[in-house]
Amino acid sequence: MIRPQARPKVEVQDLNAWFRGVHALRGVTLSVPANTVLAIIGPSGCGKSTFVRCINRMHELVPGAHQSGHILVDGKDLHARGVDPVDLRRRVGMVFQRANPFPTMSILDNVVAGLKLNGIRGNHAEIAETSLRQAALWDEVKDRLHTSALSLSGGQQQRLCIARALAIGPEVLLMDEPASALDPIATAKIEELIRELREQLTIVIVTHNMQQAARVSDATAFFYMGELVEHGPTEQIFTNPKESRTEDYVTGKFG
Amino acid sequence: MSSRMRRRAVNVAMTALCALGLLVALVPLASVLWLVVSKGIRGLNLDFFTQLPTPVGEAGGGVGNAILGSLYIVGIASAIGVPLGVGAGVYLAERGGGRAGDVIRFTAEVLSGVPSIIVGIVAYGLVVLPMRRFSALAGGVGLAVLMVPTLARSTEELVRLVPRHLREASLALGVSEWRTSLRVVLRTALGGILTAILLAVARASGETAPLLFTSLNNQYWNWRADQPTASLTVQIFNYAVSPYEDWHNKAWSAALVLLLLVGALSLVARFLARSRFGAQR
Amino acid sequence: MQRASDILTVRKPGRLSRIAAPVRANVPDKAWAAVLTVLGMAVLAVAAVIIVELWRLSSGVLARTGVLSFIVESNWDVVRDLYGALPFIYGTLITSCVALVLAVPVSVGLALFLTEMAPPGVRSIVSFPIALLAGIPSVVYGLWGLFVLVPLLRGHVEPWLAATLGFLPFFRGPPIGLGYLAAGVILAIMILPTITSIAIEVLRTVPLALREAALALGATRWETIRMAVLPYARAGIMGATILGLGRALGETMAVTMLIGNSPTISSSLFSPGYSLPAVIANEFAEASGGLHTGALAALGLILFAVTLLLNVAARMLVRISRRGPARVAA
Repeated sequence: MIRPQARPKVEVQDLNAWFRGVHALRGVTLSVPANTVLAIIGPSGCGKSTFVRCINRMHELVPGAHQSGHILVDGKDLHARGVDPVDLRRRVGMVFQRANPFPTMSILDNVVAGLKLNGIRGNHAEIAETSLRQAALWDEVKDRLHTSALSLSGGQQQRLCIARALAIGPEVLLMDEPASALDPIATAKIEELIRELREQLTIVIVTHNMQQAARVSDATAFFYMGELVEHGPTEQIFTNPKESRTEDYVTGKFG
Repeated sequence: MSSRMRRRAVNVAMTALCALGLLVALVPLASVLWLVVSKGIRGLNLDFFTQLPTPVGEAGGGVGNAILGSLYIVGIASAIGVPLGVGAGVYLAERGGGRAGDVIRFTAEVLSGVPSIIVGIVAYGLVVLPMRRFSALAGGVGLAVLMVPTLARSTEELVRLVPRHLREASLALGVSEWRTSLRVVLRTALGGILTAILLAVARASGETAPLLFTSLNNQYWNWRADQPTASLTVQIFNYAVSPYEDWHNKAWSAALVLLLLVGALSLVARFLARSRFGAQR
Repeated sequence: MQRASDILTVRKPGRLSRIAAPVRANVPDKAWAAVLTVLGMAVLAVAAVIIVELWRLSSGVLARTGVLSFIVESNWDVVRDLYGALPFIYGTLITSCVALVLAVPVSVGLALFLTEMAPPGVRSIVSFPIALLAGIPSVVYGLWGLFVLVPLLRGHVEPWLAATLGFLPFFRGPPIGLGYLAAGVILAIMILPTITSIAIEVLRTVPLALREAALALGATRWETIRMAVLPYARAGIMGATILGLGRALGETMAVTMLIGNSPTISSSLFSPGYSLPAVIANEFAEASGGLHTGALAALGLILFAVTLLLNVAARMLVRISRRGPARVAA
């Protein structure tokens, strides 16, 4: 449910991004209200991943990357002087397409990795349990917290990565096709997770699966060739899109 | 946020430390090259390349016999080592799939780490003892033993790089296996193999230890394979550890000649690798 | 792209094609296969020859004194025909340790710098000087060591070490320049390219996904290296180190020229000593056969066995690390 009167959590203003000479994002403007889920859809190569990576400033790590425009989180410009990307990534977390737990660490160590890194005090064991519960993984791993993270299945590893991201207490969670490599059951668990997490966080999820976008998000943004073609409430995008390109995509004419 | 600043400081410090590693690695290299060139070039003249060594105290003289001796010994080594090494490599690539191939491959890999002095002992037992004398042949055998494992491995890799469809096209046209191997596969890999051979020869030219008690040394010109023979590397060693400053200077000049020789071989090898003879894609 | 027809001589039309011809034993092909097999066996022959020769030359001495007592005997007296391997084993180990202590941090740091920190072009530029370092003949390093490194150690480094760390047994005694420290330093320089190039290879296999995982949690670049890259590359870097150690153990000429040639054992790094390859290099040519030669060959056998084992261990480690601790989940 969108509450338009609240200050948007994330605002993107006229964002352009390039890497290796490719103009990947063209003049994107949108905003994401707090505690909502925004789905980013579009065909391959349309700039979806680039877009979310700009929000936690991981895009600038790509060789030959640069960008223009503004991204604001809670009204503060991400590229303002004095903003440390390292610091930013504590508040804006990310989950990747393929689960990437640290292979040499145990399940518990993976979850608290971000805590130790950032010097966050507190009872790490407790925080770990909370995060694992939030990620709906606690019951499955509570008896083997010290076993290797690689002993988990693909879906469990991805939930572990989510727990790891949640442990440091971000306010925004970026998810880049988090379920694309998972089977339907694991996917369903993650989608349920997203619906529940919305209460505490603002979520931006990139997905190539339109049904998933429809199930999980409050608002949807359709990207095509680097441009934001249309952005609106999910239901409207899928049942009554304003742009013909949007309609063509959601009805499966291409992509 | 002093924790944040501390983390940033650590990041910068470690980056600087690692960059320092680059400096530490390059300084000795620069020093060696600079000194060999600056100290060695003073003694380089035509005599140095063409004359025999003079007794201590006498000016002039050269290392002509050592240069020739090195070429001679390395020549013998190549004549033995190149066919064996390249052949073994071709074997591994063409027929090396089974257990035997695995064993041979593993042996070659492990043998390439054998210390060169050991190879000298082996050549001593194999050649010097039966012949009852030190000889260029013994030195050549020792160096050949060093060349075979590395050549075998490089050749195998290069032959494997040749696309299968070339071989299959040839076989499908009714060309026999051995002809296919020779004229199709090897010809394609030829540039790479030549490069590997040149690099192996360059490495062999720089070896000293295997020659110390196989080809020993010789103050005179030597054309016979069954006599002790001078070599550039052993000469440098003898000059360097002697107490005479004149000989020290000669050591630097000889070192310069050696580096030029090894360098030229390596350069030709790399040039070959990049030219149209190189491994084709 | 080459076409097969460019390379081959195609049979002229009119001759009976192979298919129609009676099937005969294909002699040339069989001969080719046989030749190749013989050549392949050549590698095994080389290995066999090495082992046989070493054993043959040294068995006399080893039978007389026994392998174990040969190893622990610390006397090396050619005049009285008393032979023991201990001083040389000690010298070889000490110099190699010094070399590793100096070379490994620098190599790993350099490898990290080139793969993780420097702009991408730097690595390809720097690979050239590193290859140069690896290609300089050992005797030239020895020459440089004698006339540059030793005076430096004698005049500046060793006195400084004695002044600041002289309470440690390693830094006592007169600083003459030649000795374990000089040999260790030159060895460090010589094994640096080996360790660095393998470490670079190993570091490049670390998946980008792991680095991104650390970065997304807010790690600095160094923290990413410490948390995600190094643990993954641990086995491979260890393999690189062991390969470097193997090279250091067998290094002859530079060590011979710098180690001082004294068959003694001393705890001070400033003292002259001896190593397995160095004593063989210095004494073998003059050894008059019999026990002296046999003892030197026995030292060679010990050296061969140790470097063999290390090499095998190292290559296994590098191979294991190439596969990763276990693959990051799909």
